[in-house]
Amino acid sequence: MSRVNILHIISFFLYLLYQVLILQNVVLFHTAFCFLYVGYLLVLPVETNPLTLMGIGFLMGFSVDLFYNSLGLHSLACVLIMYLRNYWLNNLTPQGGYDSNDTPSLALNGIQWFVVYATPMVLLHHGVLFFAEAGGFGMFWFTTLKILSSTLFTLLAILIAQFLFPGRRQR
Amino acid sequence: MERLILFVYQNRAFFTFLLLEFFCAWLIVENNAYQGTKFFNSSNGLVAGVNNFSQSVRDYFQLTEVNRLLAEENASLRETLEKQNRLEYPLNVKPPADSTLGKHFEFVSAKVVNNHVDLVKNFITIDKGSDSGIEPGMAVISSMGVVGKVKLVSRNYGVVTSILHIDVMVSAVLKRTEHFGTVQWDGTNPDLVEFKYIPRHVNPVIGDTVITSGYNAIFPQGIMIGVIDEVKLNDEALFYDLKVKLSQDFRKLSYVNVVKNYWQPEQDSLEQIMIKQ
Repeated sequence: MSRVNILHIISFFLYLLYQVLILQNVVLFHTAFCFLYVGYLLVLPVETNPLTLMGIGFLMGFSVDLFYNSLGLHSLACVLIMYLRNYWLNNLTPQGGYDSNDTPSLALNGIQWFVVYATPMVLLHHGVLFFAEAGGFGMFWFTTLKILSSTLFTLLAILIAQFLFPGRRQR
Repeated sequence: MERLILFVYQNRAFFTFLLLEFFCAWLIVENNAYQGTKFFNSSNGLVAGVNNFSQSVRDYFQLTEVNRLLAEENASLRETLEKQNRLEYPLNVKPPADSTLGKHFEFVSAKVVNNHVDLVKNFITIDKGSDSGIEPGMAVISSMGVVGKVKLVSRNYGVVTSILHIDVMVSAVLKRTEHFGTVQWDGTNPDLVEFKYIPRHVNPVIGDTVITSGYNAIFPQGIMIGVIDEVKLNDEALFYDLKVKLSQDFRKLSYVNVVKNYWQPEQDSLEQIMIKQ
């Protein structure tokens, strides 16, 4: 097991604990939730095998679900974005392509690229999550409001986390 | 056959994706049932332990509020006791002996270790479980009002379906006129619940008190739910649209009482006979 893998495992638990200990209690205006753990899933290395990605997504979602008493909800949304992530990354290949050890982070391609990459992923995750939670489209406008405000909040938190911990630079 | 296996293997990512998503969907459906999965929830020891730690940090910030509430509750209990003493002793009436009537309700105090108010289906985790005699289906109240129903328990923890859960209904009474209806949350504002099925001829006004009816044998009769905050009556509607402001602020929930109704099996079995006939 390489050093990079161990770092990934440690940060998995850090993100998870931060989510369930702190961010679980942070909800702005009853509508804006912060699911920072999505940020961890988004910056896993580009070359990761889709099966591994979905496995990690499922584990992360499932652990968060245990704390939110919402079994299956977060796992469903996470597995979905983890499945689609690599297709989306292929569409966004920067000039010269990815190197084998690249992580799709802010440090790699700058803020503009990262926002373009992360926004649809977070939006999709939150969309699936909140509509599945509401059990359909019964409260459409309220749920949409929740999705949009939470997407903004989560994105902001992910960006801040990326600025604070830029991760491994090119070596 | 070989080609089929090859096809599945080549698209293994997609099939794994389908498999995982179906599994998650099954979990969601299964967990929405009244008695959900037994193990994977926040009454599980490890999860509840982490929640307990997190709550113990938050407790420090709530100490003032909790103290104030306890003092107020003490005062009101003492007042009730005093009133009863004044009524009974001058007339030389014996206080009703509970032992002859049989015990009706028992209250178990519990601490809230995890609480949500902003989801659509909110649950509360408490630090008492089957070891303290708590069983699924029992009512949970606080000094301020109704809180919810126990959904499932482990040995030391319990998960309570909060009244802020869109599928929970509580039988309630308009205290002033004694008309009864149903209280249910609409999933948006954690301060307000809907009070349904109050017919047109009743005249509810803002500020009327809504209490539990005691009809379903889960909640004791007369537990405060809240006061009416908004009254609407559409021209052709059969019932009023009433919004009730909850007397318990769910964001500040810290200690609750679990209610054990010793007479419930008797009432239920009697009513079962009626339903069968």
